[in-house]
Amino acid sequence: MSYLNPGLPVPVPAPDGLDAPYWEAVANDVLVLQYCEDCGTYQWGPEWVCHNCNSENVTFKAVSPKGKIYSYERVWHPVHPALNEQGPYLIVLVEFPEHNHARMVGNLIGDPEQEVIIGSEVQAVFEHHKDHDPEYTLVNWEVIG
Amino acid sequence: MTRTIRGKVAVVGLGETQYYKRGQSPDAEFKLALKAIISACKDAGISPKKVDGFASFSNDRSDPSRLAAALGCDDLRFSNMQWGGGGGGGSGAIANASAAIATGMAECVIVFRALAQGQFGRFGQGPRSNTTSGAGAFTVPYGLMSPAQSFAMKVNRFMHDHGVKQEALRAISLASYHHAQNNPRAVMHGRPLDEDKYDASRWIVEPFHLFDCCLENDGAAAMLLVPAERAKDFPHKPTYILSAVSGSHYRAGASAHNTPDYATSTFKTTVPRLYDMAKLGPNDVQVAQVYENFTGGVLMSIVEHGFCEPDGCNEFFIKENLIAPSGKLPTNTSGGNLAECYMHGLGLNIEAVRQLRGESTNQVQDVDVSLVASGPMVTPVSSSIFGSEATL
Repeated sequence: MSYLNPGLPVPVPAPDGLDAPYWEAVANDVLVLQYCEDCGTYQWGPEWVCHNCNSENVTFKAVSPKGKIYSYERVWHPVHPALNEQGPYLIVLVEFPEHNHARMVGNLIGDPEQEVIIGSEVQAVFEHHKDHDPEYTLVNWEVIG
Repeated sequence: MTRTIRGKVAVVGLGETQYYKRGQSPDAEFKLALKAIISACKDAGISPKKVDGFASFSNDRSDPSRLAAALGCDDLRFSNMQWGGGGGGGSGAIANASAAIATGMAECVIVFRALAQGQFGRFGQGPRSNTTSGAGAFTVPYGLMSPAQSFAMKVNRFMHDHGVKQEALRAISLASYHHAQNNPRAVMHGRPLDEDKYDASRWIVEPFHLFDCCLENDGAAAMLLVPAERAKDFPHKPTYILSAVSGSHYRAGASAHNTPDYATSTFKTTVPRLYDMAKLGPNDVQVAQVYENFTGGVLMSIVEHGFCEPDGCNEFFIKENLIAPSGKLPTNTSGGNLAECYMHGLGLNIEAVRQLRGESTNQVQDVDVSLVASGPMVTPVSSSIFGSEATL
């Protein structure tokens, strides 16, 4: 089941190959961040070099699919025709405090009018679209507990 | 020797087209650009043929070589685009033009911005393609694709950190609409706003109501800059650039909302340079034009320009403090991007000069120092300070 109505642009790997390992990982229910094998720094979004030591030796490393809500927003106004019948929806910015505070954007599962508390612990929910051409996976979040 | 543009450049011409609701300009975008530039030259009393440079921002589509050909400019010497930042480039373009003049690369430079959102795309709409890749792949599929959606996340975090109430955002909107009622050029002239109307307006994305969001307009604006020693050769009261800077903090452009210092208008590293160059501080500023993509950005910009403590927003941001002539910090005195016209913020720089000339429709008394903050929350952002002859 998808959180948002179908019809938004679907994600595809970048033509330059930069983020291909991420899309492969999430298709298999694995969450990854970029990781510098030389200095041990995590980073997100993907880049060709490590922002800390500028090494090119950056890989994609599996991390625990849990984080904390750093910020959020409840969207009401549709800016795309696919969302005209959607009603409000929630976007969260999830932080991984143990991984250099890298962050990811996703939707927050559940009642779109729920109270959202910054700092809440959340876990990833992989939303697969295997029947879509091209196939893709989104990573959403739900509050733990 | 201190390297600076302080006092080396004067603004001698201001030009604007009529401002239209988006899609309603009878003129093509390039014609709007020409009209604003010709108007700025007329204001300065010189022929457009004498213009020898053009500076703009946000990938303006009106190419300087075509402008120079259309206007019959004798000698194009400076053709400049400030990269990135959308409205964050407004004061940056002025900084670039000023640098060119101060270093002798050009003598007579137009800073301009032209927009016809009917002829071209709207800012406030999501992409219409079937797929998205690169940085967009990590936000767009989650319904995060418009400027309001990109910035509400920052503002929510700032409001959370500092206990800022909705009423603080509302005051910014009320002040802009208040000023627009005295400004016949304003698109929202004759359409006043009060607390009830604001509160009843629909959410766009929390914490932004409809009236927290900028307009979308068609039009063009231009300013003419020359070396300061020529300032008195022109018909208007001379006004000078005391400072103009641009930039952004550490990894401000990290994708997928990964800048470490997140809940910021991006001015923390630029403002010290702004005031150092101007040899002034926030207490010297008499009137401010603060770019409103969204009210939350205005609030954070005013904090980061040193006018208010982050934890003091609920007390500072009341309408009475923000309106001319007597507010603590009269802000967006033309109605700004919320209620005059969204000309990507160049209109704010024009209003800042108008305040120094004594020609604003919401004039603050005896203005010597006038500040502009351009494009909060983007990267790079920019700011400028204009001064009267007395400040040199």
